[in-house]
Amino acid sequence: MNRELKRVSAVILIMFVALLCSTTTISALQVDNLRADSRNVRTLYDSYSAERGPILVAGKPIAESKPVDDQYKFQRVYTEPELYAAITGYFTLNQGTSGVEGALNDYLSGTANDQFLAKVNAILTGQTPKGAAVELTIDPAVQKAAWDALGSNQGAVVAIDPKTGAILAMVSKPSYDPNRLASHTTVNVISAYNKLLDDPKNPLFNRAISGDLYHPGSVFKLIVASAAIDSGEFTADSTFPNPSTLKLPLSDSVITNSNDGQCGAGKEVSIANALRLSCNIPFAELGKALGEETLRKYTTLYGFGADLAIPMDVTPSSIPGSLDVPQLMLSSFGQANVQVTPLQMAMVSAGIGNGGVVMKPTLIRTITAPDLTVIQPFQPEVFSNPISPQTSATLTQLMVNNVNNGAASNGRISGVDVAGKTGTAQNGEGRPYTLWFTGFAPANDPQIAVAVVVENGTSFGNAVAAPIARKVIEAVLNK
Amino acid sequence: MADVTTDVAATPSATADAPTGHTSALRLHLHIPSKLRNLELLLLIFACVLNGIAVVLVQLGALGEIRPEIIWLGGVLAVLAIGLHIALRFVAPEADPFILPAATLLNGIGIAEIYRLDIAAHATGWNADGIRQIAWTAIAMVIAFAVVVAIRNHRVLQRYRYIAMFTGILLLLLPMLPVIGYEQFGARLWVRLGIFSFQPGELAKIALAIFFAGYLVEARDSLSMVGKKILGVRFPRARDLGPILVIWAAAMAVLIVQRDLGTSLLYFGLFLVMIYVATARLSWVVLGLLLFVGGALIASQLFSYVAARFHGWLDAFNPDVYNAAGGSYQLVQGLFGLAHGGLIGTGLGEGRPQIVPLAQSDYIVASLGEELGLAGLFAIFALYLILVSRGMRIGFAGQDDFGRLLGVGLSFVIALQVFIVVGGVTRVIPLTGLTTPFLAAGGSSLVANWIIVALLLRLSDTIRNQPRLVIGP
Repeated sequence: MNRELKRVSAVILIMFVALLCSTTTISALQVDNLRADSRNVRTLYDSYSAERGPILVAGKPIAESKPVDDQYKFQRVYTEPELYAAITGYFTLNQGTSGVEGALNDYLSGTANDQFLAKVNAILTGQTPKGAAVELTIDPAVQKAAWDALGSNQGAVVAIDPKTGAILAMVSKPSYDPNRLASHTTVNVISAYNKLLDDPKNPLFNRAISGDLYHPGSVFKLIVASAAIDSGEFTADSTFPNPSTLKLPLSDSVITNSNDGQCGAGKEVSIANALRLSCNIPFAELGKALGEETLRKYTTLYGFGADLAIPMDVTPSSIPGSLDVPQLMLSSFGQANVQVTPLQMAMVSAGIGNGGVVMKPTLIRTITAPDLTVIQPFQPEVFSNPISPQTSATLTQLMVNNVNNGAASNGRISGVDVAGKTGTAQNGEGRPYTLWFTGFAPANDPQIAVAVVVENGTSFGNAVAAPIARKVIEAVLNK
Repeated sequence: MADVTTDVAATPSATADAPTGHTSALRLHLHIPSKLRNLELLLLIFACVLNGIAVVLVQLGALGEIRPEIIWLGGVLAVLAIGLHIALRFVAPEADPFILPAATLLNGIGIAEIYRLDIAAHATGWNADGIRQIAWTAIAMVIAFAVVVAIRNHRVLQRYRYIAMFTGILLLLLPMLPVIGYEQFGARLWVRLGIFSFQPGELAKIALAIFFAGYLVEARDSLSMVGKKILGVRFPRARDLGPILVIWAAAMAVLIVQRDLGTSLLYFGLFLVMIYVATARLSWVVLGLLLFVGGALIASQLFSYVAARFHGWLDAFNPDVYNAAGGSYQLVQGLFGLAHGGLIGTGLGEGRPQIVPLAQSDYIVASLGEELGLAGLFAIFALYLILVSRGMRIGFAGQDDFGRLLGVGLSFVIALQVFIVVGGVTRVIPLTGLTTPFLAAGGSSLVANWIIVALLLRLSDTIRNQPRLVIGP
């Protein structure tokens, strides 16, 4: 009987070992996966009832948790909610999160792996664990200037420090009030959320980094010119035929310059003049001459197609599909297949201004634990190096000319050289334009690179977008 | 066994003076029990202190203050456990000293967690599972006390094996009788008492263990010696197949009519282990497992609820399975809870175990795993292992085969039940609706498990004193 008993004991042991293994798998090995599952409401509830860390701009909270007397213990409060909504995003009980609130939820709620020891310590000492504070790179004066300058327009402004990648301003309009989504009354949250979702103007879109993306129009010429000059195949003085209309090969479509005439006088026009006057026909010819492969190489170097998190995910700009010749020619002045985010265009300007080096854009300056130890310090990172310093110097000169003597005249600031490029993208017959300006200043020592986009435009980028950009640049230079 | 108490009563005079071999051996023997009981008392106090701390932590965690409920939340169990301990000093002085403290601690942790879930549900008075659990604990321990006092010689039980069989099968079949009147009557009876409902099936496992032990001790020769050898394994004669077929039929009936895979598995597993230990024939186990797996497979083809359990087990995270009625929602939420607890848990009263349906009964393990973490779960498993291994020890060291078989059966049934419940919650096996012994809210389960504790105490008492009484120096 003892032999059988030993075997039964072994079976019992195996059963318990199986339980030890299964519980270890769940509670230790699979924890991150299970926590990340969208059906796991505990993570959200937890982050709601812990004292969530604040989001700070220049040391002042723009989102913070204030104690209240209900089951969630803390109420998330946004000061200047609409001004910063594109950045903070919202934090709801059961409709998800967005923006920095969503992307850094781990840190803000104190559940990030970096904060594990702090959490253990808090449990052992009987304190309630607190979330970390997130200090943003945003400059409140620049943000305010961008917000005011954009006025009642629908669109976005994004400003970067070209030398570090620090995002100085990020505005998307129309905006919304995240306080209404932070309510603890579920019914109110759902109705406010649905109202925002149903709004045809899509206030929940952060147009600076996501949303439906835009045709870049003429601002895309900066990338085409970069490719032409940096590849060594052309110089700024290379010339192209200068007709007033051009019939695209393989189709009946005819393209024109924006003035419906020639690009300046003469039978031929240089790349420099074509960029200065923002002509379409020479760039269509240039794009065709460069070929799709070279063009794609430089778009990729500038960041097209890259998965970028600032920390929110940025929708990659792209030129989807493979291009036939007419599409390539249309894409070369930013129409047809090209789709970009304003942040992408700001990165192009920043790269040109920073000697050809694109810094990785970020909103996060530091993440600081409740005990004031810095969990994540600010570390500028190189994103890519699309063009040489020589190309960058040439392009800077062309962009300054564009502002001082060319199509981007409204970007001028007295006493400072502004490098800039305007764009007026068409969205199809009879539909309003997308108006652009991107550039940087001062040209010789850039403090800011900016991209402005205005939807539903009826005039030109120079008339609407350039003055907005100028005010944002002035906000930086006047400091 | 009655001799034992006489012996103890005679202690002072026997130990006072007597240097001879006989009496010194007797004195030695008489000192051990008090040592055992003192150890038990020490462990018991430790268990009760831990239980008290658990309730305090729940109050601090969930309410932020200590409330007077602590007195009876921790006190009732402590008083009853000490009472049982004192009774043991008189009626079973050589009983195993680890069983009672382990059961008390499990019971107390269960009460603390159930109380914690009551706080989350804002349940008070007799609506609160915690309060009902304390009442049931009291009832269960009084019954356990009665069992230990009344059954001085466990061999008496062997005589009642067929009564035990009928009782067991009756209890097992009660819920599936199509006599709604009975259920209404039963419900009416309990409603008149105010509060309780009862699951008679839980008690059936004890009755069946007694029957199996009694029957197998008697029949094992014919079950093990006779039969044809096929492929080197001796298979039983057709006429000896009767009992296993009856038990199999009962298990299948439970599975199909009562829709309870767990209970079915529990009783059948109990039977297989006991027949294996009694006859040393692996062929019984092979035969039994084939029958059971075959039956379960056919059932899974015929009955959608069995198939649903399997789907929920294998493909739990599939949104379709997750959202289906009777799908894997509970299972997945339980896993989220366990993951939320992680290694060290959220702390008692600090988690959100109430999100999982049936967090206080079927899912008490997930609730405890969330608040006490992996570390707490391991401690709980260790307590079960102590309990089970002390029971298995009866099988190894016991003197009579009936007692040994009964001890093994009762301990194995605890181990198997823990495995089925926790294995279901943690996706080792498909989820079934069994209660976790001692921890889960539920009166019938508590009563049954405390009776098992009482029987194990009684059986363990015979290990030590019987040989000395029989052989002596």
